[in-house]
Amino acid sequence: MNTNSDRRSHTAPIIEINDLTVRYGDKPALNGISFDVYKNEILGIIGPAQSGKTTLLKVINRTLEFTAGTTVEGSVKLDGVDVNTVGDVYGLRRKIGMVLPLPVGLPLSIYDNVAFAPRTAGVRAKSELDEIVERCLQQAALWDEVKDRLNTLGTKLSGGQQQRLTIARALSHQPEILCLDEFSIAVDPITTMRIEDVLKELRAEMTILLVTNLVQQAKRLANRTAFMLNGDLVEIDTTDVIFSDSPGSQATYDYVNGTFG
Amino acid sequence: MNILRKKSTANLPFSETAIELFIRLCGISSILFVFGIFFFVFREGAGFLFNGLDVKEFLTSVEWQPTSLNNKRYGAFALIVGTFSVTILAMCLAVPFGLGAAVFVSEFCSPKFRETFKIIIELLAAIPSVVWGFIGLTLMNQLIIVVFKAPIGLTMLNGGIMLALMSVPIIVSIAEDALKAVPDSYREAAEALGATRWQVVYRVLLPAAKNGLLAAVLLGAARSIGETMAVLMATGHSVNIPSGPLSWIRTLTATIAAELGEVARGDEHYQVLFIIGILLFTITFVVNLIADLVIKGIRQE
Ligand SMILES: Nc1ncnc2c1ncn2[C@@H]1O[C@H](COP(=O)(O)OP(=O)(O)O)[C@@H](O)[C@H]1O
Ligand SMILES: [Mg+2]
Repeated sequence: MNTNSDRRSHTAPIIEINDLTVRYGDKPALNGISFDVYKNEILGIIGPAQSGKTTLLKVINRTLEFTAGTTVEGSVKLDGVDVNTVGDVYGLRRKIGMVLPLPVGLPLSIYDNVAFAPRTAGVRAKSELDEIVERCLQQAALWDEVKDRLNTLGTKLSGGQQQRLTIARALSHQPEILCLDEFSIAVDPITTMRIEDVLKELRAEMTILLVTNLVQQAKRLANRTAFMLNGDLVEIDTTDVIFSDSPGSQATYDYVNGTFG
Repeated sequence: MNILRKKSTANLPFSETAIELFIRLCGISSILFVFGIFFFVFREGAGFLFNGLDVKEFLTSVEWQPTSLNNKRYGAFALIVGTFSVTILAMCLAVPFGLGAAVFVSEFCSPKFRETFKIIIELLAAIPSVVWGFIGLTLMNQLIIVVFKAPIGLTMLNGGIMLALMSVPIIVSIAEDALKAVPDSYREAAEALGATRWQVVYRVLLPAAKNGLLAAVLLGAARSIGETMAVLMATGHSVNIPSGPLSWIRTLTATIAAELGEVARGDEHYQVLFIIGILLFTITFVVNLIADLVIKGIRQE
């Protein structure tokens, strides 16, 4: 599998990040990081809390701008277009599915949660929406559990189900890129394994950025893994190398083997 | 020093009980006042209500001739219609404006503008209703005559506009609170799905805040139904079933205010005015009840 991704890494990158610096007020959160993401890979992003992982994802789909006083320098290109100067920010966001650490069920029914993005994008036909809702709930391994109660509130589901609902919702606009930010924090281990299986399937259709607090999760799923620390990208390499006895940096070795700090 | 400290800790339970007692008294007294008012109003009107008044005529006749010498009539239907029509007209104007302003203030405007806007809204809320009545009597009267070529500008439209201006501040401030109470995570989740700001408003915020928005509208309506001075001055105060916004009307409240000073205490006319009071009580009670039920229904859903 990883040899596969090595071959992929010679193809054109889908995301190109170049000297990206982000500050909250005066406080730096990312210090000039650069790397590429290739099509159809799962890129694991690991690192301790506060190292800038969430900030990185928010720059890519431009939701960082909801936080006042942030500055972004450098460039993030998606399909060769700089996201910070893109004309249609809503179109940009529809290319990216985002799953947050705590599931945010919109105060709508299960059906309406998944149909939300297609509707905002202008899909009106009931049959088409039905099809999207079923497909996405199937993909997120939630369909069998909710198919009989699509009209109940999404917030009535259990935590693990809600997280799968947000994954279904993130898939509903057929994104090119799926970003997951520590999705397993609010999810039990069994559901975590189910979602991991889902992600393995999805790799064929899209590119996945998997920010994770579980280093073993990156080892299980990622083609390549990036290790971040205090706003710096310490190293990025194939998962085999990152988890080997001799990664590029001692800090990576310590973090991966739990002897960090 | 030691003694002092001892004293203060010994005092604490007492002051706590005193405060608790005071708060309790405030709570009980507010209930007592409501019952007391209802009791008083009911007592003043009860005699004629159960003995003498033709209730059917009172509710359905348009003949309001309480001072006629040989043909006294107490038909309040036109007054009821007047109250409801001017309130509905006021709500038609105030609800879109009020909710629109609330959405604008909470979602779209800059923080600096928001502060200014809130001060203006609070100022608007502080204007006494007699001042609104005066504006209706003078400025709005002229405006309606000029714009609509009406013979007289003291009309249902005039009263409705005044009532709308009075309820908008209530609607705006309660609706804005309701929108502010919607967690930001909803906004961000929706925008991350590619929704525009406006799509976020009508697909997420309005459904999420519907309880509070409904409360805002109903409290605005309650303000309109209960208002007296402005409608007395601005609507023409003439018993009439309105045929349109340019008709003059008379409301239940304005009738009480205008006539209570002229009647002899205890006579039929006096009692009928109190029966109108009972009717107003009932209307407000029903409106509140409906509001409660609707809100409860929404919660259970
Ligand atoms: N809304 C915010 N305001 C100010 N500082 C923030 C905010 N969000 C994150 N930061 C800071 O940015 C840095 C990176 O945070 P974050 O991207 O959340 O890291 P991670 O996801 O790796 O835990 C941290 O130092 C954090 O304190
Ligand atoms: Mg984070």
